[in-house]
Amino acid sequence: MPYKNRVAVVGAGLTKFMRRALETSKELAFEGASAALEDAGLTIDDIDCVVSVTAPEAFDGVHMNGEYLADGAGAWGKPYMRTYVGGGSGVFGLVTGWYHIASGHFDTCLVVAEEKMSPALPHPQGCFNAIYDQFTERPLGVNLLWIFSLEMNRYMQTYGVPMETFARVAQKNKRNGLDHPSAQSGVAADLDIEDIMASEIMAWPVQRLMVSPVSDGGGAMVLVSERFARRLSKPPVWIEGVGWNLDTSYWTNRDLYYPRYVEKAARMAYEMAGISDPRRDIHIAEPYDPFAYKELHHLEGLMLADKGQAPKLLEQGFWDRDTETGIPASPSGGLLGVGNPIAAAGMMKCAEIYWQLQGEAGPRQVKREVRRGLAQAWGDLMQVGTVVVMGK
Amino acid sequence: MKEFRGTSLTDLALSGGGVLVTSWAVKADYHWDAGAAMSRYLDGFRDGKIWGVRCPECRRTMVPPRGFCELCFRPIDQWVELQDTGRINTFSISYVNWDASRRRTPEIPAVIEIDGASPGMSILHKMGEAGDTLEEIQARLRLGTPVQAVWKPRESREGSITDIEYFRPIG
Ligand SMILES: [Zn+2]
Repeated sequence: MPYKNRVAVVGAGLTKFMRRALETSKELAFEGASAALEDAGLTIDDIDCVVSVTAPEAFDGVHMNGEYLADGAGAWGKPYMRTYVGGGSGVFGLVTGWYHIASGHFDTCLVVAEEKMSPALPHPQGCFNAIYDQFTERPLGVNLLWIFSLEMNRYMQTYGVPMETFARVAQKNKRNGLDHPSAQSGVAADLDIEDIMASEIMAWPVQRLMVSPVSDGGGAMVLVSERFARRLSKPPVWIEGVGWNLDTSYWTNRDLYYPRYVEKAARMAYEMAGISDPRRDIHIAEPYDPFAYKELHHLEGLMLADKGQAPKLLEQGFWDRDTETGIPASPSGGLLGVGNPIAAAGMMKCAEIYWQLQGEAGPRQVKREVRRGLAQAWGDLMQVGTVVVMGK
Repeated sequence: MKEFRGTSLTDLALSGGGVLVTSWAVKADYHWDAGAAMSRYLDGFRDGKIWGVRCPECRRTMVPPRGFCELCFRPIDQWVELQDTGRINTFSISYVNWDASRRRTPEIPAVIEIDGASPGMSILHKMGEAGDTLEEIQARLRLGTPVQAVWKPRESREGSITDIEYFRPIG
């Protein structure tokens, strides 16, 4: 191993995910960070350094939002950095925390995620208009949903995937979310396929119940070096692989049917983890699912399914939480079933893998034995893939 | 699993005055210099032309144009006039505006592969003359449908992507 330290996860915590929270973003960071420290049985005095993640500053309306959050993240008087790759930030926070410790420079790192989307008026979606190219795209009167609906249509028609399949992803995740204590009110639900199919068309082929909601929330995880982990009573979960990759920002020059940057990020993480056959060696997955099609799209990019095959595996129950032979995908409920406070949602996915590997996922605990799992997120101008592989 | 913390607000609680809120409005104006490559691209729209650039190393003909090839990481100065026709790579039928309000008549954003550029080289634009309802549009458009730019009258062009009013299906 070329790294100074093997890195362990020893605690995770979340807040509730909410359409609109009374707490400020700083308070959400504090609640998430405190919950993770409580879970690890540590205090802020045990923490050597802090990493924070939060997505576009335009949501909060606070410039240099990382600095604003620092006190709530427990960073006072400590080495601190905020890292940002749009929607990929939640998982990238763990990657950043990993290299703080892997470098040998620190023994403990608190990684804190926070998102408060509700302050932006009239709708936080407007904050995303500025991600489009200012010369060639913004003058067309863009909105965020365009890129997702364009990508979904490309994926759907490339493989001839029926709309019912995407509705089934939403149904699965929203049902899984019923067992998650963070789940946003009304987001986790037991719905019929017909109800999902009948939900209003936002930007065809995207329909309302196949989209994750706007949310406020926070979360955090505690990473430590191997020597620190050996002093704790609970056996740790190890970060076995990390990967990240960015595709071109000329997004209309890429073929949107396949997220090749996710594949590159996954290959990097698998290689580090010594995984040659991810379908054999990955036992549980939390792929990023802000839209129903994205879960399938990402499972293919992660090489957990052949190109175009993730929908067929879905129909066979391969991604179900109670599968005995498949790979449970988004057993947490995902963004579709728990909520999507962007950076905190990626953190929630990492936390789920940690809890599942610890056997602490309660009613969400998958049936099959799990020794290794991954969390993945995606973002920027739909061009970044971030992957963390954890094992015990 | 233990209970997580967080206090969920309802819109009712807010409108009832039970929660204190402070507000602030941003006024942020910008202007961007278009740069060498983009200036020539935008200027071409005045003449009803779509320009691309060609990298001598990877031989890709690219649109939108750029002053360097991001693959070969070298400067580009070879300009190629492309056609104002192409094919739909993907499209959407959008009923929402950026502020999440609903539209009565949908917009049809589309990624359009431009003829004369390398395969898969596309730009974002909108479709028109393709119907007003979901059913009409779905019947009219497919991935691969050939399209052509509909230009504004010459005197009202201003060197902008919107000098193309929209693309229309042909054939
Ligand atoms: Zn080149």
